[in-house]
Amino acid sequence: MSVLTERSAAEIARDVNARKLSAREVVDATLAHVDAIDAEVGAYLTPLHDLARATASRVDERVAHGERLPLAGVPLAVKDNMCLVGTRTTCASKILERWSAPYTATAVQRMLDAGCVPIGKTNLDEFAMGSSCENSALGVTRNPFDLTRVPGGSSGGSAAAVAAREATIGLGSDTGGSIREPGAFCNLIGFKPTYGRVSRYGLIAFASSLDQIGPLTRSVEDAALAFDAMGGHDPMDGTSIDRALEPTATALREDLRGLRVGIVREFALDALGPEMAAVYERAYADLKALGATLVDVSLPTAEHGLATYYLIAPAECSSNLARFDGVRYGLRVDGPDVNAMYERTRAAGFGAEVKRRILIGTYALSSGYYDAYYVRAQKARTLIARDFADAFAGCDLIACPATSCPPFAIGAVSDPYSMYLMDYYTIPMSLAGIPALSVPCGWVSEGGTPLPIGLQLAAPHFAEGLLLGAAHAYERATEHASKHTPRAGAPA
Amino acid sequence: MSAYEAVIGIECHVELKTETKMFCGCRNEFGGEPNTKVCPVCMALPGSLPVPNRKAIEYMLRAGAAFDAEIPEFSKFDRKNYFYPDMPKNYQISQYDMPLTQGGVVRYWLEDGTMKTCRLTRIHLEEDTGKSTHAGSGDGRIAGSSYSLVDYNRAGVPLMECVSEPELHGADEAVAYLESLRRTLLELGVSDVKMEEGSLRCDANVSVRLVGAAELGTKTEIKNMNSFRSVHRAIESEIERQTTALESGARIVQETRGWDEIHGVTHPMRSKEEAHDYRYFPDPDLVPLEIAAAHVEHLRGALPELPWRRFERYTVQYELGAKQATQLIDNPALARYFDRVVEASGNPQQSTNFVLGELSRLANERGVSVAESAVTPEHVAELIGMVEAKTINSKIAKEVLTRTWDGAGSPRSVVEKEGLAQTSDPAAIEKLVEEVLGANPGVVAEYRSGKVAVAGFLVGQAMKASRGKADPQLVAELVKKRLG
Amino acid sequence: MPIDVRYVAKLARIELTDEEVERFGAQLAELLEHVKTLNSLDVAAVAATAQVVESRNVMRDDAPRASLDRETVLEQAPQRQGAFVRVPRIIAE
Ligand SMILES: [Mg+2]
Ligand SMILES: [Zn+2]
Repeated sequence: MSVLTERSAAEIARDVNARKLSAREVVDATLAHVDAIDAEVGAYLTPLHDLARATASRVDERVAHGERLPLAGVPLAVKDNMCLVGTRTTCASKILERWSAPYTATAVQRMLDAGCVPIGKTNLDEFAMGSSCENSALGVTRNPFDLTRVPGGSSGGSAAAVAAREATIGLGSDTGGSIREPGAFCNLIGFKPTYGRVSRYGLIAFASSLDQIGPLTRSVEDAALAFDAMGGHDPMDGTSIDRALEPTATALREDLRGLRVGIVREFALDALGPEMAAVYERAYADLKALGATLVDVSLPTAEHGLATYYLIAPAECSSNLARFDGVRYGLRVDGPDVNAMYERTRAAGFGAEVKRRILIGTYALSSGYYDAYYVRAQKARTLIARDFADAFAGCDLIACPATSCPPFAIGAVSDPYSMYLMDYYTIPMSLAGIPALSVPCGWVSEGGTPLPIGLQLAAPHFAEGLLLGAAHAYERATEHASKHTPRAGAPA
Repeated sequence: MSAYEAVIGIECHVELKTETKMFCGCRNEFGGEPNTKVCPVCMALPGSLPVPNRKAIEYMLRAGAAFDAEIPEFSKFDRKNYFYPDMPKNYQISQYDMPLTQGGVVRYWLEDGTMKTCRLTRIHLEEDTGKSTHAGSGDGRIAGSSYSLVDYNRAGVPLMECVSEPELHGADEAVAYLESLRRTLLELGVSDVKMEEGSLRCDANVSVRLVGAAELGTKTEIKNMNSFRSVHRAIESEIERQTTALESGARIVQETRGWDEIHGVTHPMRSKEEAHDYRYFPDPDLVPLEIAAAHVEHLRGALPELPWRRFERYTVQYELGAKQATQLIDNPALARYFDRVVEASGNPQQSTNFVLGELSRLANERGVSVAESAVTPEHVAELIGMVEAKTINSKIAKEVLTRTWDGAGSPRSVVEKEGLAQTSDPAAIEKLVEEVLGANPGVVAEYRSGKVAVAGFLVGQAMKASRGKADPQLVAELVKKRLG
Repeated sequence: MPIDVRYVAKLARIELTDEEVERFGAQLAELLEHVKTLNSLDVAAVAATAQVVESRNVMRDDAPRASLDRETVLEQAPQRQGAFVRVPRIIAE
């Protein structure tokens, strides 16, 4: 493994800006690494060698002309549900397998403007619906720490790419945990900002009121740099928040003194089994050792998060995905009339999980069931958001598990509902729209393989600076992430 | 007199006259090459998002204020879900339970000048669809077509949906209602309201019931009417169809019927038995709208004079006929011109005569509108003043008007330059009359022998000799006196 | 009440095999069983949350932006005819 691919985004940008290193060197090393190991990992659906090299050269030119770019030369993995002009953008679905985006998502564009170099488009659960990356119609992605296991999902490709050093920053999208869960499974920082902080323009919608783009990185500092680059108001997204973004990369802390960290009463650790419970006990103790005051908080409605989410997200997706109809772009399977064409196209184009969610969402919105399901879920959402508001009256941050298990074996979870349970700890934060991240907090061993575990930290709306700052202190003090290196492409 | 009466409600879709579409920056304009006014948003490309057009919302509120509608403080957009090839997202962004305006009233007048009202249920904002052309059937109709071609230029154009209560009784009222709606929206500047360009489309819900019955009869929804004339014909035909059916003991089926312009009948399109399940829900891509009461007050205060108020002013205050008043109102530029003439002359009747008479005739003949001609309202008022003061007579006035129109300057200067002022000096006129009588001894003799009618000839000759400038009344008096 | 999966699939325009009707029917029923827990919440006096961050009145000025080039739009259409997107026969409903 090249030493260049081990570097953090902060280090790369510093050296490229200082012209001690060229973006082209970094990118060549990264592409070589991708060529060497991605057959094994399967992070990328579409590597972008030519675009990467051309972009890197352009970054070097910009730097030579005296521009200082906050992410100069940083290799970027883009989840394939974000548009990048001229490149195929598939959502890991057969329905978009050959669709080429004619425009670029705002968040992606901002990363490019900041000096990032796109290495490729990464795998995901089809239309971001899933928690293991196994729902992709276009490829299998493996966990770089154990190639028999899933990388998590839905942003599994970006997570695997960053974990396997095939990129330095990965862009993910999180609807119910799709950044945080693969972040935890791949020993990364997986950061979901406040809803509306990062533009959704060009992010192919799953559930519009929940979708949020965020970074997957190997350090909190890199996550902060990425967020600072991609965040902020975008007039092309009517749900984007028009509110100044205080830089977070300069707000990183070394301790947690003066902070009250809420431990959620309802999230009892014994449900996780002794080994994981011990990891979290230790994590809470470490927070305290860093100066935080641990306080007991209650999220009484959080247990309804899953039920709420599995009505709202499918309802929105049933409508969002109606545009994939074989008329203007994407797959078409012909039929004798337009309705037959629609039905056949969508039958052939969507995978089982997408169909399931479209059906449940259609049902929840349909005449006679709307109030009982959709409206009730919207009201439960109000209660969940209120729980967090109440909890944050007594604490600055909340700490809890990111997942209920370590990365599991590919194919091990086949029942849809069991898969939905993977997001048990991440969904409530999504419903409340608050910023949350997972940060490596330890390892458990299964069959002799060490598997990473993530601690979830959550903060009130717009408190990204506080959240990343605290995560940084925790990361520095514990250094869990560096205890093991990924197996994929590991030095012999 | 039929034992049945018709009850009609009208649903209109009106395209708003914004520069750009409702949720994207593509141009909102009629015509153009197919599929050239489209972008990721209005083509529903993956990842695109809608952002509402401020102007369209402003137009909606202006219309709401004009129709005395309630403008709630809170409004939102909803998605109406159904699949159709000319609707790119396969949902229409519309408004379901919290439209921008609720209630209100359209005041309209019938041909005889009777003022009537029809209440509105609501006006809501939504987006238009693209346009499908059905091919392979030979007649462009959907039935029997083998494929369709879609142009998305119109997809996403802001559309005001205006729903009336079932309060119109007959085709005359329905069309008069539509006329008033059209005039009002035109006056507000929010739409071109052109049926032929599709910027106004309407459906009519028609039912009949026994006169005096409290319950409404079963209604049918009539579609495919493409002019006010066809609205009138379609409603009359449908009322007749329903009345005949009921009289023969048949039942009316609730259904959608299409108007067949060629055969002059409505025919069934689809039955409403299979109700649509539109799965409305709040659009998560669009945040709610909060409308400040102060803003609504400001809008109400800033309304122009509405057509129905103008109609009242013309007919009641100025005592114009309903037809004249309507004629002016239907030409807003001319009405504004007329108002300035009245203001400057203080003589509504003469103003009407000139504006709708000689000036309109000249406008027609010269192919230039009155308002754009060289004749200013002040010119007309000046002319009216000269007629009132008997400086010129009305025949000369027309001549002067033509000269002013053709750039000869103000009426007064034309009159002065050309010496067209009426001669009212009795001595001068007496001299003229003297000369005419002297030159026509035969005619004078005829008169004196009892043929008094020949006096007219002598007056005419005297007028001619004065080149039309003599006060005709005075000439007539003097002729009679001399012949006396 | 069992879900009429065929009706729902028709609304969603997805053709299902008999096997899928069976399988999805069972899976949807199971999910609906789980979401029943929401019935234990007292939501009578609770407002619905459609969006979690409270922005209001987000609008754009009525200013034109460039449209896409027509070829860019049409080259990705599964079937086109000249300047139009072509679709199979529409059955009037
Ligand atoms: Mg409508
Ligand atoms: Zn557009």
